[in-house]
Amino acid sequence: MRGLWKLTWLELKIFAREPLGLVGALIVPAVLVVGLGRAFGGAARAAPRLGDFVAVDLPVLAALMIALNTVLSLVTIISIYREGGILKRLRATPLGPTRILTAHVVVKVVMTIATLIVTIAAGRRIIAVSLDLRLLSFAAALLVSMLSTLTIGFVIASVVPTARFAQPVGGFVLYPMLFLSGLFYPIASMPPALRAIAHVLPLTYAVSLLRGIWTGEPWRAHAVDVGALAIFAALFTALAARFFRWE
Amino acid sequence: MQPVVRVEGIRKTYGSTVAVDGISFDVEPGKIFGLIGPNGAGKTTTMECVEGLRRPDRGTISVLGLDPVRDVHALQVRIGVQLQEAQLQKRITVWEAVDLWGSLYPRPVDGARLLEQLGLADKRNAWFMTLSGGQKQRLFIALALINDPEVVFLDELTTGLDPQARRAIWELVRGIRDRGKTVFMTTHLMEEAERLCDRVAIIDHGHIVDVDAPAALVARHCPERTVLLTTDDGEAESRFRAIRRALSVARQGQRFTIRGEGENFVTDVIRCLAEHRIHVHDFRTETPSLEDVFLKVTGHSIRD
Repeated sequence: MRGLWKLTWLELKIFAREPLGLVGALIVPAVLVVGLGRAFGGAARAAPRLGDFVAVDLPVLAALMIALNTVLSLVTIISIYREGGILKRLRATPLGPTRILTAHVVVKVVMTIATLIVTIAAGRRIIAVSLDLRLLSFAAALLVSMLSTLTIGFVIASVVPTARFAQPVGGFVLYPMLFLSGLFYPIASMPPALRAIAHVLPLTYAVSLLRGIWTGEPWRAHAVDVGALAIFAALFTALAARFFRWE
Repeated sequence: MQPVVRVEGIRKTYGSTVAVDGISFDVEPGKIFGLIGPNGAGKTTTMECVEGLRRPDRGTISVLGLDPVRDVHALQVRIGVQLQEAQLQKRITVWEAVDLWGSLYPRPVDGARLLEQLGLADKRNAWFMTLSGGQKQRLFIALALINDPEVVFLDELTTGLDPQARRAIWELVRGIRDRGKTVFMTTHLMEEAERLCDRVAIIDHGHIVDVDAPAALVARHCPERTVLLTTDDGEAESRFRAIRRALSVARQGQRFTIRGEGENFVTDVIRCLAEHRIHVHDFRTETPSLEDVFLKVTGHSIRD
């Protein structure tokens, strides 16, 4: 453990020193929730389907945006660190590869929790939630989803050639997944080809899990989702371990 | 005396490119050893194999009696490393870096004193990105010394620095040696190698061309000396031609260029001037440098 907590704490501080680092991570999802909630909230009284969107899908969307932003930010940081030789320099110390990357994952988990808290605080008046067990459950579901998507982040970080490509390539991989995840368009009514693709995307299972937990379904009803996310995580971790480059 | 580093016949390829092949040399304790050659000659590859950052395809390496790949953890605490073109996090402060590095080793030296010695004490709260090139390199030296290592590896330490900063770094490197540590460095600057290294290995296209003290290499490969002088003595030219070790005498008006070979050649010229009472307005000798040695042994200039 020598150095892990020190490095983690240091990386958190360094992240907080980035211009717009904290503000961007903490505020943007909150603004999104409040903005979309206001926009659709009024219309929801006329059209009940929109009411469902605000009550169920908006929180899920916000949670996923938090997770995806976290992943993108990880991809960017890893590729910047690699390009600058920072990863290589750290690897020449007794820290070791696992602790260097673990520190970044921990930083991302901490940021995700903080962002979730800010977003919930901001969205409280639009979406009725109380700080009860269900919310903790939802936070846990978000962490499971995010850890699984973070492993995709490591795969992307392994293959992007330079830091300049990190953000666009990451976005290009992650956002289409979001559209096929069943959040905007029910998977059941997709054409068969798209439906097949949707079933092999981790975000599909993340949406199903988050939606279920948010609406109060028990975890055991979503064992398949958790299992699928775990399998994806194992698969992508293995891929990243195989292809990760330190320089 | 047991060498600190022993490299025997290493070879390393990247795809179809052979980076180094058949490299062998020893680094003696308490000395500054330089691996010198142009960019792309294989200096960094060789050094990173010795540091345990790369695994050679063939050959054996021993550092302080350890295998750099197999015993990487045992070795890491006994060596200090500075990498070519490495950076730190832009917004990490000098002190945070020194403090983090110190926490990674069992017996770190006093970080505050180290910063003091390297002239970074007033920069301890500065972000890495705000440091000058020389300050960054001094910080990297600090990080390489934090664990009180027995061997320090410095890869192209002064590249990109202005002459003044470079000289300051040279002083620091001599100080490391004077505290009894072994320094293994690479450079493509022949002047740096000549002034700093006790022994150098010339590397070109992945092969070691020769290994010795800089002065010994010059004596071996470039024994010729040149005397440049100005005189209006009409007899001078024939006197110069009679000097035993003179290989050529060239004349441009009153200016003479006399080339010869061997340690005694310059003395012979002076003796000739004294003997024949030749009055000179100007006298200067030219001694070949490592740069000339490099040209001679590789057939091309280091700047190519």
